[in-house]
Amino acid sequence: MSDISKLYSEKVMDHFQHPHNMGKVEDCSGKGRVGNPVCGDLMELQIKVEKSPSADGGKEIITDAKFQTFGCGAAIATSSMLTDLIIGKTIEEAKKVSNQAIIEALGGLPPVKRHCSVLAEEALEKAINDYLEVKKKGRIKI
Amino acid sequence: MSLDKQVYLDYAATSPVKKEVLDAMLPYLTEKFGNPSSLHSWGQESRQAVDDSRRLIAKFLNVKEKEIIFTSGGTESDNMAIRGIIIGLGARLKKEAAPMHIITSQIEHHAVLRTCQYLEKNGLAEVTYLKPNLDGIIDQNKVKEAIKENTALVSIMYVNNEIGAVQPIREIGKMIESENRKRTIRETRIYFHTDAVQATEYQEMNVEYLHVDLLSFSGHKIGAPKGVGVLYKKENLPFQKMIFGGEQEMNLRAGTENVAGIAAIAKAIEILQENKAEKVEAVNKMRNYFIEKIEKEISDIELNGSRELRSPNNINFYFKYIEGESILLNLDLVGIAASSGSACTSQSLEPSHVLVSVYDNPERAHGSIRFTIGEKTTNEEIDYSVEKIKEIVEKLRAMSPLVPEK
Ligand code: FES
Repeated sequence: MSDISKLYSEKVMDHFQHPHNMGKVEDCSGKGRVGNPVCGDLMELQIKVEKSPSADGGKEIITDAKFQTFGCGAAIATSSMLTDLIIGKTIEEAKKVSNQAIIEALGGLPPVKRHCSVLAEEALEKAINDYLEVKKKGRIKI
Repeated sequence: MSLDKQVYLDYAATSPVKKEVLDAMLPYLTEKFGNPSSLHSWGQESRQAVDDSRRLIAKFLNVKEKEIIFTSGGTESDNMAIRGIIIGLGARLKKEAAPMHIITSQIEHHAVLRTCQYLEKNGLAEVTYLKPNLDGIIDQNKVKEAIKENTALVSIMYVNNEIGAVQPIREIGKMIESENRKRTIRETRIYFHTDAVQATEYQEMNVEYLHVDLLSFSGHKIGAPKGVGVLYKKENLPFQKMIFGGEQEMNLRAGTENVAGIAAIAKAIEILQENKAEKVEAVNKMRNYFIEKIEKEISDIELNGSRELRSPNNINFYFKYIEGESILLNLDLVGIAASSGSACTSQSLEPSHVLVSVYDNPERAHGSIRFTIGEKTTNEEIDYSVEKIKEIVEKLRAMSPLVPEK
């Protein structure tokens, strides 16, 4: 591994080099686009929510999530990690995923880069709200 | 590092010490270690080295030996030039007089900008920061228009470190001279300083040609080590020394001389003068090759800085829709060193002040990468780099929410 990457943990570099779930979700149920006021970066998260087919009436589960990010190494890695953390979670569970949780899952971020993870948290919040909003208006059936 | 390929494209940040330079300086760290101020033969041997170096550099700049001050680098030279003149003049002028006026540009190195801001904050000067044109050039007429009765100093860099824009120093210098001729004997002259840190290797450095009163340059950009620089200061200028102590450097800069560093910077200057024209031409050609290749291979890009008034070693592109730090990280992973004006790469999270000033567009700073080549850069290295840059740009664009939908 080369030297610049020592700025970041191995996990961060791994997600940065091979980001998971990059792109857009087909027929997404909600999306959140947020800008980072600190440095001007941008992230868009799209999620797909489906009811689990279980007998108990079914929970709303995030079955897919994809991101697009214009930003630094930390911004890309946190975006990727975020999608990993929320796929398979119920909406209620996903709401609890904080930027701190993303940082921990990545094995830490340099202090100057912590603000980048806030971008991911905000995108998630926005995407979930967007989904709930759309659902309330009855525009999608799940 | 275990990469099989390494391409250093950050020569404007710093350069390796040349072999001949190292050979020239090493004895002054070991057997010839004397203090130049000492009377004994150890001391005199070191004194000789400092004197010889001063002579060589004076000749290079076409100035007098006593006009060469050795410093710790470009930053110190810039600080010393600006504060030295302003405080030196202040000492001559009456207390109740208005603070002196400095004209500089928005795209100067922080060594100049922060010094000006310091003087401003402390009521020692008022400062005009000129905005460059869209090529990153400071027009001499703009400088002329900014001159006021109390203007005492103009400080404009020779070559911009980020976008390589070569400023019309000679034209500004001549204009200032003619303005000075209009001043009465009681008025202060306007002094002209240029930060030539990025110009030393590739531009005309003859002070008589340039018409400057003060000029700074640094060792580590030209194959000497970090920690040594030069300030040329025309004799008999009103000048206040900044570092107090002994009487070294014509009593203008105290501190035991960095003899090895001084020997090194002189050697580096000696080397760069050998076949200078051919070397400049070769690097210039390589730069054009690099620029053309990127323009041919990669879409949605823009060259930062002037195409014609451009330093031979500088290539700086704006890659739309993607961010600089992620480009740099990817480049580093394939062994390529470059630099970026992105806010994300700076500790302060501020985008490059140079790109913001020229283009009024923080986004442009965000996606801009500077490559600076050196004598040793090869076409093959450029081919490899452009191939990798292309891959990286594609990869990051695929990830970007900013790419317009087709
Ligand atoms: S997104 Fe700009 S610093 Fe991380």
